[in-house]
Amino acid sequence: MEIVLIGVSHRTAPVEVRERVSFTVEQSKKAAEQLRARGILEETLVLSTCNRSEIYGVPPESSRECAPGLSLFLSEFHALGRDELNGSLYHHYDRAAVRHLFRVAAGLDSMMLGEAEILGQVREAYRHAHENGATGPVLNRMFQGALEVGKRVRSETELGTRPVSVASAGVKLAERIFGKMNERTALVLGAGTISEQVVGQLRDREIKQLYIMNRSRERAEDLAGRYKGVVVPWGQWNEALAAPDVVVTSVASEEPVLKREMLREAMEARGNRAIFLMDLGVPRNIEASAADLYNVYVYNTDDLTAIVEQNRQARENEVPRAEGIVEEHVGKFLSWQASVELVALVQALRAKIHEERTAFVRARLDAMSNLGAADRQRLETMAEELLEKMLVEPAERLRGEKELRKKIQSVEALRDLFLSPREKP
Amino acid sequence: MKELFLILTILAYAGSLASYLGFLNTGKQNIGRLGTVLLGLGLVAHYFALLERSRGLHTVPYHDLYGSMSLFGWLLALTYLALELLHTRRSVGAFILPFVLVFVLAAQLAPAARTAPPAASGIAFAFHVTLSILAYAAFALSFVFSLIFLAEQRILRSHKFNNVVWRLPPLELLEKMSRSSVLVGLIAIAIGTVLGFVWVDRLHEQARLFDPKYVITLLVLVLYAVYFQLAKSATWRGARASKLCIFNFVVVVMSFTVVNLYLSQSHRYF
Repeated sequence: MEIVLIGVSHRTAPVEVRERVSFTVEQSKKAAEQLRARGILEETLVLSTCNRSEIYGVPPESSRECAPGLSLFLSEFHALGRDELNGSLYHHYDRAAVRHLFRVAAGLDSMMLGEAEILGQVREAYRHAHENGATGPVLNRMFQGALEVGKRVRSETELGTRPVSVASAGVKLAERIFGKMNERTALVLGAGTISEQVVGQLRDREIKQLYIMNRSRERAEDLAGRYKGVVVPWGQWNEALAAPDVVVTSVASEEPVLKREMLREAMEARGNRAIFLMDLGVPRNIEASAADLYNVYVYNTDDLTAIVEQNRQARENEVPRAEGIVEEHVGKFLSWQASVELVALVQALRAKIHEERTAFVRARLDAMSNLGAADRQRLETMAEELLEKMLVEPAERLRGEKELRKKIQSVEALRDLFLSPREKP
Repeated sequence: MKELFLILTILAYAGSLASYLGFLNTGKQNIGRLGTVLLGLGLVAHYFALLERSRGLHTVPYHDLYGSMSLFGWLLALTYLALELLHTRRSVGAFILPFVLVFVLAAQLAPAARTAPPAASGIAFAFHVTLSILAYAAFALSFVFSLIFLAEQRILRSHKFNNVVWRLPPLELLEKMSRSSVLVGLIAIAIGTVLGFVWVDRLHEQARLFDPKYVITLLVLVLYAVYFQLAKSATWRGARASKLCIFNFVVVVMSFTVVNLYLSQSHRYF
């Protein structure tokens, strides 16, 4: 019941390599089927995201022995040369594999420390593999544990709470003023990459209404079309600034696009309803003196970058707490795994002893011709009862006592002691 | 028995404050939940402490300064807990609980009347005092919300962030909570004042034509009604309304202390 993991991630391979070994949902299913059909793995699960492609599995034999076959399979599946993944592939076994998965689910192994998306991706990968019957008791338990770790890390630490991108920091700041965004409206000036990042963040938070304004109407319509926004003609400032709670600017302009006077008039028309201005343009798109206006909150790129840096440091500080949760769950999983293995061992032992007892009693009874059938039966039953009595208590204790299982460091040693290789479960 | 309940009350409130502070500092939800549970336990123990006192006096347990301060602390904690459950925001607890604790502890130092004066009885009196103190507690809550609003707004405008600001309620929610508290206070003080006049009316021989308490209560009512309207207006919404709310509470404190103790005749019990 060993565990093997093979994979590439952003830590070991550039995007050019990662994209060549990524799996679609269909490919994941196919790979899992082939791995089991070829007898490389008994249980298998493929986790593929933009930052990693990993195969988790339970091999029929030793995990270390199956690793070369697994590497070869990965190369063949993606039609790569044998050496193309050299240096990019990593292997983890048993405890290290479990720990790796739990760290992945916690966001500790992510490119952006503590990112939230990975937990959903692990959940989806597990759901697909489970539905396809590719997982078994070991991977089921392991991935359920990973999901629990991910949830705990996110609820008990602040690893993922602080925004670490300029766009998300800006939207999070807007939430400091208005609360949830689903009852709010936003105006985005510009339709470039930065604007799109903010629009994505606003849409993720289910912003009620999104207005897009851009010098090129075509690009504004394109962005609005993709994010269900409404295009506002460039230059209609009075109308555009009347409604939104959040205004994001990211346009190329030598002069500020939103001037203090323009905003003062807009605030008057809005009845001084608070407005959050996120200026992501360089040079700045909003006149700096507008920040003095009543109920106006202005943040520029430098302000947001400073917050992002602060938050990144705060996330780093949460790592030891998150690692603690990971270790706790690794311990739980290994304890469960040991108990399952011990139960299997006890069952094998019982089967062996039963077999030995039968042969032993028969051999001895053959020499006792004076005994009748009833006595023979009685002796056989007594021998059976004696052995059962001797085995039941240790078996029950192994099932029930966690500390005892911890004391038995190596199940393998017990196996070797009592069973021949042929009889090992 | 009363002492036991009081000790339990103080321990629970102190534990709740420590938990809320821990939550504010670390963001750990479990610590925040513990704060809420301890606050609930503190409220129950405090209720029994007031009940025991009431049994000893054979009247409402707040006819004197001791009792009214203790009841104030209880109602403040109760109103806060209701708001916390309504808005599912725990971060404000760390700012409210110190007030609750101060009032409960100060109540132990205040001189307690051994027996209630004959006039301090009856249902009108009981509701008059309860509702008036509830109003003061609600105004105290809006005062704390306004203080937090100003502090948070200052941080947001200055861009000088710290860990705590991410856990505070959004500004607009603080405004909303402050207005809700003021509304509760306005209703309570209006009904409480009417009941006060009903009670005074029954005490023919003791009724006075004029008491400075009437004037300051009317002033409090008007000031908070003005705040309630202005807080929604274009010119005042935001920081200005919060400053007005803080000023109003200063008047409430004057009414509760200086006027009650030194100027009023009919409210000198408190």
